[in-house]
Amino acid sequence: MLLITCPVCGAVGDESEFHCGGEAHVKRPASSKPGNVSDESQYEYLYVRNNPRGPHREMWQCVRGCGKWFNAMRDTLSLQFLAFYKIGDPIPPLPGKKSATKTRTPIQGRRK
Amino acid sequence: MTKPFRLPLGAGLDERARIGRWVDPSSKVSFTFDGKHYTGLEGDTLGSALSANGVRVVGRSFKYHRPRGILGLGSEEPNGLVTLGAGNKMEPNVRCTQIELFEGLTARSQNRWPSLSFDIGAVNNSLSRFLPSGFYYKTFKGPGRSGWMLYENFIRRSAGLGPAPYEADSDRYEHFNAVCDVLVVGSGAAGIAAARAAAATGARVILADETAHFGGLADSMGGTIEDKDQLDWIGGEVASLAKAENVQLLPRTTVAGHYDHNFVLMLERVGDHDPAMVEAGAPRHRLWRLRAKEIILASGAIERPLTFANNDRPGVMMAAAIRTNLRRYGVAPGERGVLFTNNDDAYLTALELQEAGVSIARIIDVRANPSGYPVNMAKANGMPLMFGSAVHDVLTEQRGKQIKGVMVGGLQQSGRAGDGELVPCDFVAISGGWNPAIHLYCHVGGKPTFDAERQIFLPGPAQDHLTVVGAANGTFGLAEIIVEADEAGDCVARRVLGKARVHRPVSKIPGAVGVQEDPWESIWLVAGQKSGHQGRKHFVDFQNDVTAADLELAVREGYRSVEHVKRYTTLGMATDQGKTSNINALGLLSEALGKTIPEVGTTTFRPPYTPVSFGAIAGLQAKELFQPVRQSPVSSWQADNSADYEPVGQWQRPFCYPAVGESREDAINREVLAVREKVGIIDLSTLGKIEVKGPDAGEFLDRVYSNIISSLKRGRCRYGLMMDDQGFLFDDGVVVRMEKDRFLIHTTSGNSDRTAAWLELWLQTEWPDLKVFVTPVTEQWAQFAVGGPHARDVLKKLRGTIKWGADAFPSLTAQFGKLLGADARVYRISYSGELSFEIATPANNGLALWEAILAAGDDFGIAPYGTEALHVLRAEKGFIAIGDETDGTVTPLDLGLSWAVSKKKPDFVGKRSLERSFMVPGPHRKQLVGVFTHDPAEVLPIGCQAIDTDQVQPPPTMQGHISSSYWSPTLNRSIALALIKNGEARIGDTMYFPIEGKVVSATLVEPVFYDKEGIRQNG
Repeated sequence: MLLITCPVCGAVGDESEFHCGGEAHVKRPASSKPGNVSDESQYEYLYVRNNPRGPHREMWQCVRGCGKWFNAMRDTLSLQFLAFYKIGDPIPPLPGKKSATKTRTPIQGRRK
Repeated sequence: MTKPFRLPLGAGLDERARIGRWVDPSSKVSFTFDGKHYTGLEGDTLGSALSANGVRVVGRSFKYHRPRGILGLGSEEPNGLVTLGAGNKMEPNVRCTQIELFEGLTARSQNRWPSLSFDIGAVNNSLSRFLPSGFYYKTFKGPGRSGWMLYENFIRRSAGLGPAPYEADSDRYEHFNAVCDVLVVGSGAAGIAAARAAAATGARVILADETAHFGGLADSMGGTIEDKDQLDWIGGEVASLAKAENVQLLPRTTVAGHYDHNFVLMLERVGDHDPAMVEAGAPRHRLWRLRAKEIILASGAIERPLTFANNDRPGVMMAAAIRTNLRRYGVAPGERGVLFTNNDDAYLTALELQEAGVSIARIIDVRANPSGYPVNMAKANGMPLMFGSAVHDVLTEQRGKQIKGVMVGGLQQSGRAGDGELVPCDFVAISGGWNPAIHLYCHVGGKPTFDAERQIFLPGPAQDHLTVVGAANGTFGLAEIIVEADEAGDCVARRVLGKARVHRPVSKIPGAVGVQEDPWESIWLVAGQKSGHQGRKHFVDFQNDVTAADLELAVREGYRSVEHVKRYTTLGMATDQGKTSNINALGLLSEALGKTIPEVGTTTFRPPYTPVSFGAIAGLQAKELFQPVRQSPVSSWQADNSADYEPVGQWQRPFCYPAVGESREDAINREVLAVREKVGIIDLSTLGKIEVKGPDAGEFLDRVYSNIISSLKRGRCRYGLMMDDQGFLFDDGVVVRMEKDRFLIHTTSGNSDRTAAWLELWLQTEWPDLKVFVTPVTEQWAQFAVGGPHARDVLKKLRGTIKWGADAFPSLTAQFGKLLGADARVYRISYSGELSFEIATPANNGLALWEAILAAGDDFGIAPYGTEALHVLRAEKGFIAIGDETDGTVTPLDLGLSWAVSKKKPDFVGKRSLERSFMVPGPHRKQLVGVFTHDPAEVLPIGCQAIDTDQVQPPPTMQGHISSSYWSPTLNRSIALALIKNGEARIGDTMYFPIEGKVVSATLVEPVFYDKEGIRQNG
């Protein structure tokens, strides 16, 4: 039973009070260039996910708290959370990588 | 039955060592076992009381039905499983060594028929040649499936544990949520020392132990701590811990499971030992959901059995269990015993038995030259010792129920024991060393490491916030245990509190003196002189009846990994989870495979440590509290008016309202015809209602609906479809524009919560730039549909500001005003195909409005109708229902709804996916059609398959299935909707529907059966 902290409302709770939405930062191609999406990229967007052994960025929702979606980086091996961050926050680097991805302002077409 | 074995209580060296320390000789307790009355003492366990009464056989074994007696001491006991109580208080498979005796306890032995003493299933023992490991894979293969079904009944009857109760459990169970700084598991010397050190820092400490008495095996092990006898030291420390405000002591509490991030499940047996407490309202069990910042595992060790022929005979017991039973309950296992050991500790049992007046016929030690303190004591006491020897068979009488002696021989170079001599005895104490109880370390993926020198598994790589101390950590010397546990308690508590560690002077470190012992020598199997096993059984897993021969057979048949061998032989898979068997099995396998134990593979342990009752898992969430029932504002009226319910999501919705003497079918037909000919009313309060508000609301809805919403004018309604991004239809409903920046959307009842969450997901993660609020208001509004030719006539009679005239209130428009003085939102939409208005009012006014409409409609013959009539009415009109016509693989285009899928919008959820080659309309898709059976009276079952031939052999290709099917009272015949491959092009074709026992022929037709032009709903 993972212990999770919501970075939006600050609630700390059991995994059963949250809902995992799978890999974070998956880009939806039709949002940025509708009408120009290949079958391959649509297929990748819909069905292909990273399944790393180690740090993994994923979406979670604070179901029993504020209802907001947020992101978390979790080590799939140790099951420890390495970071909780809000949608739109800088994406924390994977351990071992040099610097954080640059902050983006929310724009249509990306999952932040 | 043999003579009673309670020794004179109170005898012994001094008060501390007196035998029967836990029982009160003056307080008798009566109980029954297998219907026979016995008397025990206050403080006994069921196990000790049975032993004291000379009841040696307590059950029959799982597979071979061999008579079995108690082997162990507590939760590790593999044999002594009994069924407690009866009726609504019955619990099977309880270890009799853990049951505290109370007045009136009733217990039954298990897996025997007709009686424990004479058991027909014992024939399995003689037939064992035909029941090798994996026998059900081999023996019961043919002929075909019917063969298995024949054998299955026999196997299920003959193999197994206690029967499941038939009656509902009458006891109460509860859950407890808790947090603490340090959880200490186990209350032996290690646990007490750790808890004391942790508590001294001010940390909040919970000390849990599965037994009623704290102290673990301290009363059986010698030694002194801080210059006190171990038992006195523990008594004093427990008393001061009990007084400390930051410490909670939890006796009778098993830490059953350890999960991620130090989440722990504990089972507290609150009332098992005292039925009066339960009668007075206490829960029987309490399940603790504990989050511990740090865990100290001081779970001790479990004594390892020795494997030799007939080592399962009643009267063969673990040495430490015998010693502990003697000390606690004053119970001796027999009159004349043999001790078979590979270690020094077991000598203490022999010494104490001798002290208590029980004769020791022989001490047999596999070691060639042991010289520890207990061995020398035995020598000095003149006990008959035999070194470098082994017991290799147990001889019995009374069909295996009474031991008459053991065969003892010298161990030879081959590892086999020589034939040797017969040593008469009536019980055998065995000890093969100790296995650290590392179960909780393994529960979250801890990998044990093997200590080759001592031949034990130890906790491997450290786990975050879990510290293993004492015997569980392979630390067996009392002095080392105390130092290690004290250090761990102080260290982890300071870590939790963020306090620096203080260097403590040596004088502050507790000292202890244990018994000086020699190392033990592991021996995995004692084989006799004859080749093979000669039909004699050397049990490894007592509870699942797995023998050394079974393991060797698995190896001969090619199994190499311990995980495969476990599953093939069922080793370690019984309710005791291999507590006494796993390590011996690994040792045997390593010998059979000629590999080291780490090469064979380490074993692991999964939760729960001991079984957890279903009642405790369910807690209070049973019966009416299992799931909340959502209430409509008119639920009370429905309940008073003969509603016949069906579950829809968490609601109970009226399926129909049968009048007195009316069948369900008659009620449904009457309700349908009332709507078609007069007027009907249905409660739609359960429909999902979501307000979508904000400057970007129109844009947002354009992106999540398949059709254009932003062009909708104020006060207008539009039917909309929602797809997931794979292009599959998942919800539909009417969208109403209330104001420029404010929409109300309707969802299906079952999807109301899901759809709101779905909108939030897109809004928050994909388009956080859109200025939109999504607010579910399902429960805030009561909503009713009033439909039928007289709908307008009825509603006109209501006091309010709504203009009901055909010109003032055209189809697909909305009015917002007042009805009966309350707010009202009225939409002219129809799911029945009749002239219809859906009226919403704040939930508090719902019942008044409902009753006012019924009163107004009385003159017109208004009928309330249920969900089934709703479905008949919509199916007659060919309207789809989410969940009937959709199943997660159906697109709007499959259902002929292309008019509701925008071709203008550049993007919306599902659009791109619909363009994929296998999603575009065409003969490869299943499409919605209507179905008229040739026999109009035949109503096809929903879900039945469509085929192209009236022959079912050879099996033809399925072409689709029936998605909705009803008797239509309007058409006076059956109607059905179906999804048929290339269905649109096949309208007019005959298709066949195989159902139970026959094949029904039918014609495919257009999927609208009634008022195709829609004249009625537009009237």
